Amino acid sequence: MFKVLERIFRDKIATEQISLEGSERFRGTIEGNGSPEMLEHCQSVCPVGAFQVQGDSYKIDYKKCLFCGKCVEACASIALQEGKEGDVLHHSSKDAMPYLLEAGQEAVAEVLKQKLGRSLHVRHLDAGSCNACDFEMGAMSNPYYDLHRYGVAFVASPRHADMLMVTGVVTRNLEQALRMSYEAMPEPRLVMACGACAAGGETYGDTYAVVGAADQVVPVDLYVPGCPPRPSAMIVGMLAAADMLAEKLKHK
Amino acid sequence: MQQVVSSEELLAAALQVYEQGKHPLTAMFGRDETLNGAGYAIYCCFEVPEKRDVHIVKGVFSAEGPLSYESLTHAIPAAAWYEREIHDMFGLVPEGHPDLRPLVLHESFPEDFHPLRKSVAVNAKVRGERKFKIRTAKGQGLFQVPVGPIHAGIIEPGHFRFSQAGEAMLQLDAKLFFTHRGIEKAVEGKTPEEALHIVERICGACSVANTWSFCQAVEKAAGVAVPRRAEIIRTLLSELERITNHVGDLGNMPAGVGFNPAISLGSRLKEQLMRLCEAVAGNRFLRGVIVPGGVRQDITPELIEHIHEVMDATAQGVEDLAAMFREQENFQNRVRTTGIIRNQTAKDLAMVGIGARASGYAHDSRKDFAYGVYPELGFEPYTMTMGDVAARLLVRIGELSASFEMMDKLLDMLRNCHGMELKVELTSGKGEGWGICESARGSNFQYVALDNEGRIDRLFVRSASYPNWPALTIAVQGDIIPDFPLINKSFELCYACIDR
Repeated sequence: MFKVLERIFRDKIATEQISLEGSERFRGTIEGNGSPEMLEHCQSVCPVGAFQVQGDSYKIDYKKCLFCGKCVEACASIALQEGKEGDVLHHSSKDAMPYLLEAGQEAVAEVLKQKLGRSLHVRHLDAGSCNACDFEMGAMSNPYYDLHRYGVAFVASPRHADMLMVTGVVTRNLEQALRMSYEAMPEPRLVMACGACAAGGETYGDTYAVVGAADQVVPVDLYVPGCPPRPSAMIVGMLAAADMLAEKLKHK
Repeated sequence: MQQVVSSEELLAAALQVYEQGKHPLTAMFGRDETLNGAGYAIYCCFEVPEKRDVHIVKGVFSAEGPLSYESLTHAIPAAAWYEREIHDMFGLVPEGHPDLRPLVLHESFPEDFHPLRKSVAVNAKVRGERKFKIRTAKGQGLFQVPVGPIHAGIIEPGHFRFSQAGEAMLQLDAKLFFTHRGIEKAVEGKTPEEALHIVERICGACSVANTWSFCQAVEKAAGVAVPRRAEIIRTLLSELERITNHVGDLGNMPAGVGFNPAISLGSRLKEQLMRLCEAVAGNRFLRGVIVPGGVRQDITPELIEHIHEVMDATAQGVEDLAAMFREQENFQNRVRTTGIIRNQTAKDLAMVGIGARASGYAHDSRKDFAYGVYPELGFEPYTMTMGDVAARLLVRIGELSASFEMMDKLLDMLRNCHGMELKVELTSGKGEGWGICESARGSNFQYVALDNEGRIDRLFVRSASYPNWPALTIAVQGDIIPDFPLINKSFELCYACIDR
């Protein structure tokens, strides 16, 4: 008992402001530019087809991106060979921002108006993840992130949930579970595809056991990029999406 | 070493190597070599720790002969799941197997679909109806409790069916492999470099262990040695992963009994470690560092000092957590004599990791296979004999202090290592090899066969959780159902790793 009390009194409050800034080495969004030859090479090494050359620039589909760093590495190796200096591709230490689906916005806005007087009940569904997203979801409840301060709570059943938070690429063995969980939710309802597998569905390629991204099975309203998204990115995903939509609704 | 026999002789040859359990069956898998002019084959891999080797007995099926063989399960209980898996994936029938229900493929697949056969396309989308009969105990007053695959908390999917006599669990049948993504098929035809991002994503918690086993196998196939600095960094990352997972588990086990101050402290410590992982690797699960041939990033002198600081703080935190557990009598009441695995059971099932060591079975690949720089770190596997939840908790605490010592030595080795080379180039070509790495859950085995162009012909992944899952269903028998979350957390088995 003594130890419990000692730690309770000694430990300071750990809870922090949510930030999308990672540590120095963190592989976040991709910045900078390269020669057409470099970009072409980047596109060819991307394992999930997230890197797309567009004219003399490029576009990255962060829904699919694994933040594995292969494109950056490929670009750097060409620059090294050719002795080029200056602007090459590199990772910033920032998380990629969440995506909202245009078509889903109206329904979503309705949910938010009713529910998000700062209260959102979330049901998690692992549709075939590698458990990294799941661990990061668990981390959202630790003293550093303290998700509950935002009025977000995890509930035990989809029948109690406003939002279904899907992690992992949908597998054949879980397709039915995802569909049934969605159907069991009361309307209006939201679906979040969390992480590169659920959002992009390209992580493992197309196999006999995989159905695809979450939006192949149920309508998805918001996407959170990352492999896995950091807990702060997940929280920003939830809240930023909510705020952006509420804002849009105001100007309608 | 590898010994080739015909499928009829497989059982006899396997038993000769097994020596009544002296050499545990560490993995067993099938392979389709019909494109190479041969037939199907089954590999039985036995650990021979005294030689630091794996003895592989390869049973080959002739092209015209029957696709069946005599089951090993009655003599080697650990073979039970492997044979079911081979039956699902290749359609090779173990005659006399006591329980040949599907394991990997659930109801939406047809009966005669065997995805790892080369004749099946990687993206074959066939649908059918399989039967999967869940096992239950029947009798007057008995009832069933179905749980999952969608659980109440944030955990991975699995279906548990408890057969209850009041509060007591008489029997548990687990239906797993929900997150089966077809990874072994997905990597076929890719080079090890191209497959790396998939191997790293087999499992989040065992990311380093899976990647390292894979790289060991590929390097063995190519016959290259890794630079010393890379070996030190790999060993350091592996210990960092173990510490992160063990600390996470120490914070998670009290959640099974609602001991909140310990949950809070444990999750604080884990978050600090996750942040350290990000600072070291650029990813909170240490992804993107280990590659075939070495490592991709160095650990700088500033990072060495940073790691040192975090380790000191974590060691203090773990000591306090251990004191909390010790002082709290009602916590001790819940964990002692709960979920017991006996020593013989652990050996029969060829258990690995914490589960084995808490039952007095000193199985530790770091010692047995002496890979990386582990031989220079001088440590002994930490064991307990009770085999209950308390023992698994104490083994974790004991291993943590050993890991902190190892970290100190590893950081010193890095400081004194003047070779800055991080990676060697691999020659591509035909070859096969296996890799073993001790993850936080236990020994992690992988087998890789490369074809003439150096592309993957077969990858087999046997993660630490695979041999330990059947043990969980034995550990719960006779305990009360409110103790299930606690027993489950004390094993802390991955689903993603075994499902692949």
